[in-house]
Amino acid sequence: MQTGNLLLLLVVMIAGAYYMGHRRSFALARPLGGIRHLHSLPFYYAMRTAIWCAIPALVVLGAWLAFDDTLIRNMVMGSLPAASQPVDGSAANLMLNQISNVASGALSPASVSPEVAAAAEKLNSLRQLNTMAVTVVVIVVAMLGTAWGWVKISPQMRARQQVEKVLQTLFMLSATIAILTTVGILMSVLFESIRFFGKVPATDFLFGLHWSPQTALRADQVASEGSFGAIPLFVGTLLISAIALLVAVPVGLMSAIYLAEYAPAKVRAFAKPALEVLAGVPTVVYGFFAALTVAPVIRQLGESIGLDVASESALAAGLVMGVMIIPFVSSLADDVITAVPQALRDASLGLGATSSETIKKVIFPAALPGIMGGILLAASRAIGETMIVVMAAGLAANMTVNPLEAVTTVTVQIVTLLTGDQEFDSAKTLAAFALGLMLFITTLLLNVIALHIVKKYREQYD
Amino acid sequence: MDTAEKFDDKAPGNAKLADQIEGEQAMDETIRYPDQTVGTPYVDNPKMRMRDVEVFYGEKQAIHGVSLDIGKNEVVALIGPSGCGKSTFLRCLNRMNDTIDICQVKGNLHLEDQDLYDPKLDVVELRARVGMVFQKPNPFPKSIYDNVAYGPRIHGLANKKYDLDEIVETSLQKAGLWNEVKDRLHSPGTGLSGGQQQRLCIARTIAVSPEVVLMDEPCSALDPIATAKIEELIAELSQSYTIAIVTHSMQQAARVSNRTAYFHLGRLVEMNDTDTVFTKPEHDLTEAYITGRFG
Repeated sequence: MQTGNLLLLLVVMIAGAYYMGHRRSFALARPLGGIRHLHSLPFYYAMRTAIWCAIPALVVLGAWLAFDDTLIRNMVMGSLPAASQPVDGSAANLMLNQISNVASGALSPASVSPEVAAAAEKLNSLRQLNTMAVTVVVIVVAMLGTAWGWVKISPQMRARQQVEKVLQTLFMLSATIAILTTVGILMSVLFESIRFFGKVPATDFLFGLHWSPQTALRADQVASEGSFGAIPLFVGTLLISAIALLVAVPVGLMSAIYLAEYAPAKVRAFAKPALEVLAGVPTVVYGFFAALTVAPVIRQLGESIGLDVASESALAAGLVMGVMIIPFVSSLADDVITAVPQALRDASLGLGATSSETIKKVIFPAALPGIMGGILLAASRAIGETMIVVMAAGLAANMTVNPLEAVTTVTVQIVTLLTGDQEFDSAKTLAAFALGLMLFITTLLLNVIALHIVKKYREQYD
Repeated sequence: MDTAEKFDDKAPGNAKLADQIEGEQAMDETIRYPDQTVGTPYVDNPKMRMRDVEVFYGEKQAIHGVSLDIGKNEVVALIGPSGCGKSTFLRCLNRMNDTIDICQVKGNLHLEDQDLYDPKLDVVELRARVGMVFQKPNPFPKSIYDNVAYGPRIHGLANKKYDLDEIVETSLQKAGLWNEVKDRLHSPGTGLSGGQQQRLCIARTIAVSPEVVLMDEPCSALDPIATAKIEELIAELSQSYTIAIVTHSMQQAARVSNRTAYFHLGRLVEMNDTDTVFTKPEHDLTEAYITGRFG
């Protein structure tokens, strides 16, 4: 049986185990005078039986699937006559590929040596045997588990505690997956970065003022040495993010205050979702809006007052990015402002404060942690944003704080470094990982700083 | 001064009816509302004068034609079962009902010569003259000092730091809190105990020197000792302020007030000297309520 079908069968068996456990707990309870004489509710006995059916079978299946391929391959290779044994690892891989191609019918057996054809036959028969075996073993394990769970049901058994323990473990595993993924990402970036710093000194990378990652692909090629000073990229990133935040924070905060404190219920019901639509527009769309609409307008405006504006400017990208992240600020700020208790508003208004005094002096300080959270989220989005910058700000790594010139950002450079034909161990490619690591550290620092600020200025209202 | 007519339906059978009442629904059908208030709701030279006040929440009428006076330096207690409109009425007196969109107030309400619902009136000024203390202590999440200084700051009552310090100190002294907090004026007001928080809220209210202080069940969230302290405070404050207090505790009304108004289903049933209300109430509904037969 195929693995997919086997899993389906297992689901049916689990349902059956649940049903049987349920029936048995009722049957046991009846002579005692009802389910209140059981230690746990029938649901827990049934769940326990189902768990006994599911977990051992799934563990066996998982372990089997993890190892069977390697095992079969080794057996096939071992069956080859000594004369045709491959000489090294890559030859073995090549031969294995050939064998499995023949086995799956992609290659005709006539076109290969008879040894390989025989091995392909063996591979096919082994695979069939394997499928049979795994089906039988898993079903037997599931049945044994069900039987064990079913037999052990008794009125004294503490099924509720056991089921809850299993659920607790499940929750813990889910949380662990998220954490392990983060650790995994960090590790992969870290190890590649270490390789990069083996080729390029860390000081050159961290303090270098020139970014030009073009290196020779072949030894005989005439190309620049390549220089990996990351400062221009970070300056570009910070410049564009700063422009974006200059747009998003005031606009977002003020619209949040309007929505939460002044807008009539009807306007609010319409305007809040409408504002959140901004967050749902794909960034590519923002990108060509920036490149095709905003950038030319800025250029014309600049020229009309005698300024020299690049056709791809940090200003265009930053402005459009700012619009994109408005909802992050406004939506979160609106939520926290609305969450400030009415009692505090009443207290302030009752003392004769106006609405705007109340907002400035009572509501805003009380809502500050949430507002900071929203701004931080917006900042992380701005720093990590790629598409708008690729399309509107260009690729030139200019070291400038003039928003009218073309700049580039860390994320854009990561994209350009990793696309196209590349050796995977060249400094040029590895630089992407070092940039990623730096970006990660930057956002982490931002988080820490923001948390610190929130802790310091927070006014707790409950 | 008007002498209110006695409730014309005050027949012997009425008390029986009041006995039968289970919920407000039953009351709607079986008892005629008192169209006129019994007792003496009016005084000479009142501080606040309310006539024919009606309040609507959307379609629903919460208060039906209530007329009463609050005299100078008087403590008036508003009592009555839950949902009878006493808090709503109190919130009309400094227009706190403005914050509720669907709430509409009709009638004549005056603070001395000032019409409270005059469209030209600045509500900010009104609330500085008529302060409010709420049911649940609601100090700002700021320091004790900043809590008390909040009102004086927004109204520009102090020019110098020294003046502000003085206002804060006298307000806290009047609220009977100074000795307990003078060494920690800059620690958060939310860190005080419930009773202290409520006295802080009272200090905050009197810091802007209001003429009238409205209190909406100021002790309902407090323990008996804290309650006793607040009641003592109310007696002291009544020497310089006019006070209207909503309370669920009849003992409290009896202890702190000069006159008591009994509200029932949005109407003012009876208003009299507190002694009269609690010893020989004129209206059967009042008697039924204060003797605990319903409410």
